[in-house]
This record gives sequence, C-alpha cells and structure tokens, in this order.
Amino acid sequence: MATAPYIVVGGGQAGLQVCDSLRKFGYEGELLLIGEEPVLPYQRPPLSKHYLGGDLDAARLSFRPASHYEKLGIALRLGVRVTAIDRERREVVCSDGSRLAYARLALTTGTRVRELACPGADHPAVCYVRTLADSDHLRAALAEAHRLVVVGGGFIGLEVAAVARKQGKEVVVIEALDRLMARAVSPQVSDFYAALHRRHGVDVRLSTGVSAIEPAASGVQVLTGRDEAFAADVVVAGIGVVANDEIAAAAGLACRNGIVVDACARTSDPLIVAAGDCTMHMNGFLGRELRLESVQNAVDQARVAAGTMCEQPEPYVQVPWFWSDQYDVKLQMAGIGMPCEQSVLRGDPAAGAFSYFYFRDGRLCGADSVNRPADHMACRRLLAQGTMMTPAQVGDEGVDLMQIARG
Amino acid sequence: MPKITFIDVNGNSRECEVPSGISVMEGAIQNGIEGILAICGGSCACSTCHSYIDEAWMAVVGKPDEIEDSTLELALDRRPNSRLTCQIEVTDALDGLVVHVAQNDG
Ligand SMILES: Cc1cc2nc3c(=O)[nH]c(=O)nc-3n(C[C@H](O)[C@H](O)[C@H](O)COP(=O)(O)OP(=O)(O)OC[C@H]3O[C@@H](n4cnc5c(N)ncnc54)[C@H](O)[C@@H]3O)c2cc1C
Ligand code: FES
Repeated sequence: MATAPYIVVGGGQAGLQVCDSLRKFGYEGELLLIGEEPVLPYQRPPLSKHYLGGDLDAARLSFRPASHYEKLGIALRLGVRVTAIDRERREVVCSDGSRLAYARLALTTGTRVRELACPGADHPAVCYVRTLADSDHLRAALAEAHRLVVVGGGFIGLEVAAVARKQGKEVVVIEALDRLMARAVSPQVSDFYAALHRRHGVDVRLSTGVSAIEPAASGVQVLTGRDEAFAADVVVAGIGVVANDEIAAAAGLACRNGIVVDACARTSDPLIVAAGDCTMHMNGFLGRELRLESVQNAVDQARVAAGTMCEQPEPYVQVPWFWSDQYDVKLQMAGIGMPCEQSVLRGDPAAGAFSYFYFRDGRLCGADSVNRPADHMACRRLLAQGTMMTPAQVGDEGVDLMQIARG
Repeated sequence: MPKITFIDVNGNSRECEVPSGISVMEGAIQNGIEGILAICGGSCACSTCHSYIDEAWMAVVGKPDEIEDSTLELALDRRPNSRLTCQIEVTDALDGLVVHVAQNDG
C-alpha cells in the first residue's frame, strides 16, 4: 500500500507555510492542502487597509500564483470543508462526502469573527471583516453609505474607520472598554490613537456598549447602553475572533479557546500538529500559553509544525511582531508588551513619532512604536537576542539602540 | 513591459517581464523566483524580500527610505546595495534591471 499523504486543513497563511516548509524540510511525499474558501491562499491584512480602500485588486492578494503549487507538488482542494477527523482510521471527512487518508495531519483552520449578539445584530447592514468575500461586501456597502458605525475599537475596526474617513464617511467608533486596542497596547498608546481618530473627525465613544440594532427608515439605529442612538447605513463589528477548533475538539484533541499545542506545535495526537490563529500554544518567547492572531505567528509556528512533521522538532521561540496602518500612521509592535510593570517613552508623541518600551519582571518585554520604525526593529533584535536593557537606556535618545542590537 | 533579471542565491538567472505599477517583489513572486518569501506581503515588516541591486542600477533605483532602512536591519547580510524589493515599484525606467536575491531564511 502506498503511504498516505500529509494533509493540511485550512488554506490560509499558516496552511500555505506548512506546505512550503514541508518541502524545505525535505518531505517528498504526497501533499494535500484542503481549504474551505474557494480561492488560493491570500493575505488578510490588506482587507481592512489598502484593499478595502480600493487601491489594490484581488489578484494581488494571493500569496503565490497557481504555478507555485504545481511546482512544489501541493495538491489543492479548495471550496471544500473538512467536517470531521477520524483519528482511528486516520482519515479526514470532507464536505463533499469524500474521506481522505492521511499519514500526518496539520490543522491550520484559523479563526472566524465573533458575531454581535445584541438584538437586531442579524440586520443586513451589519458587516464583518475576515475574508475576501467580507471585504468585498463591505467595500460595496461603503460605496453607497454616508454613515458608518464601527462596533469595537480594536485594530480591524480602527483600520476600517480610517479608510472610511478617507472616503469622507461620517464615522462613529463604539468601544465597550475605556480605551482603544486595550488588549494589545498600553494606555498611553490608546490615548494617542483616540486623539488621532478624533482629529480625523471620528466620533470615538469609549466605555460604551451596544445594546441593540434597530431598523430605521434609512439604514439602522445603533443603540447604546448609555441610551444614545447612532444612525448608520453600515455597521462594522470588529469585536474579536473565535478559534476554529470544533473539528479538533470533536475528534478528542485538547482544546481550550483554540487547539492546544506544545512548543513544537504538537496536539495531543502525535500524528497531528496545528499552527496559526487556531492554536492555544506554548509560546517560547513569552514562556506561557497564548493564542496569537498575526502574520508572524502564522508563519513562524507553521515552520515549527512542518519541522515536527518531518521529525525535526524545534521549539517555537520567535519574537512576536505585528503592525497596524491607520491614516498615515504606522503602529509597529514588538514582543508582548502587555501586561507590563513599567512603560518608558522614547520620542515625542506630540510630534507623532514615539515608542513605548515595556518592562515586565525587570526585563524588556516589548515595545509599541508609532512612526518609529528604527525603535521597532531594534527592539525585535534586542528581544531575539535576550539583551538585558534598562529603562534608562531605552528612554535616552542619546543611546543608539540599533548599535546595541548589532552587538 | 519592463524586463527584470533575477539572479537567485544559486546563481540561476532569469529574465522576467513584469508589469509597471506592481512591486519588484510581486514580480518575483509571480515568476516563482526562489528566495523571495515576502511573508508580510509587502508591508515592509519582515525583510524576507531582501535583494541586492546590481551596482549599475543603484542610481536609478535609489536608496531605501527610513522605514525600509530600519527593516533592512533584520536582513541577514546587509550590503550598501541592499533593498527590500517590496518597496521598489516597477516602472519603465527599470527596464533591464538586474536583481540579486539575498539569502532569506525559511
Ligand atoms: C482584516 C484583517 C486584518 C489583519 N491585519 C493584520 C496585520 O496588520 N498584521 C498582522 O500581523 N496580522 C493581521 N491580521 C491577522 C492575520 O491575517 C492572521 O493572523 C493570519 O491570517 C492567520 O493565518 P491562519 O492561516 O492561521 O488563519 P486564517 O487566515 O484564518 O486561515 C484559515 C483558513 O482555514 C479555513 N478553514 C477553517 N476551517 C476549515 C475546515 N474545517 N476545513 C477546511 N478549511 C477550513 C478558513 O476558511 C481559512 O481560509 C489581520 C487579519 C484580518 C482578518
Ligand atoms: S515583503 Fe516583507 S518586507 Fe518586503
């Protein structure tokens, strides 16, 4: 009997990277990538940035052209969903009724949007941004709209708000917590971004929950817990994501707000690895379990997963990084800054270019940089090398951080 | 359409037609050039599209801006003619450009 193929479930950035890295690690057997979305793996970050703004066509979102998959011998089954994993028979069950045997399996199923749960949330004016189809839908809806309400002041909601303001729409951002991007950045950076959006004409409402969405003569009314009502033609909800871990959980793999994997991306079944947004993983950099939603995590963890599939396990220790583009301001994040015990400013927020460096347990653990790319890159290198830095050093512009990072 | 010659780390050379308006990185990806990974998709965040611009072309292509200059700090073997190809837009003026792909890990 011929050996069964390696199968990768989920055609996103992590899925593609697992396939590419398997070939790099020398796996020469059959390889199959199964993805529910009917298109070649594509980049999501532009969906709330340039692509939504209309300055990019869809063809430019694909990571690789079709010829890449042919060249590497990656068989594609797109538009097909894996509905179950039969671990006993080592088969995946697909939405088209087929059962496919695997020798090893990688789960890169990503996340899906958390849906608004308030009354009226199923109104067609309510949009989300996760897939290309979502972004196309929102792009078309915005073209007809004058008033946008964004529910959730996280990265995606704020990027959409910035795009819509550039298009001249009236924009309200409603955030339940008392500051923007609260999960990821420090209060100082949140405040900078609230001021930035207000300066661009966004009505930013903090500590405000949405209680209901009601149909109106034109569009909808978004009602808040503070008894306000905001009229909108389009509502975008960016209130977080849910890991696609159901097929893993149903197959008896450990799941906890994501598929639980160890530092080498192994699930509780030695033949199955998982990588990307869908994993609750042991993060070597942080030294504890975490679920991350980023390009960096998708790529670096996928490489680790591929290594494990090829019996070349290496722990996942790479430094996390992330970026967000809002207006002409670039936010770059290195490490995991939150929660921190001390934050140290470098640069000048009033001039629109600064970084906050964060310290936890007396050690540099991350930095948020706003239009300060050199600080960001220096911090990534310092964190990767584990260089001991003091708050005084990072706060002193006379100290050349890149010089220290270069060693 | 401008023609760009990519020379990969193994010395393989290939001349490709690349439409104006996209980046040199995108041109490399479309043509399956080895070694251009571009994991951040051209957001100047990863440096995995790092290449060396043929000396004769440096004056035409120009120098990196501040953000690219910073991102280049992540590159393995940075040289005076290092550029991130995602930050170079293809124009008719680049017809004939020669790009040496750097060692990009992964
Ligand atoms: C609008 C937006 C903006 C972003 N901006 C940034 C940014 O600026 N910087 C950054 O670092 N990150 C950003 N991200 C996050 C980044 O895009 C994700 O972290 C990354 O795409 C995760 O890749 P993944 O492969 O793990 O998951 P996904 O991209 O979610 O891919 C998973 C794929 O698996 C498929 N799938 C799921 N279940 C099944 C099944 N049972 N069978 C078959 N297929 C299945 C899904 O349909 C999907 O196509 C952004 C994300 C979004 C949505
Ligand atoms: S593609 Fe990431 S820096 Fe060029």
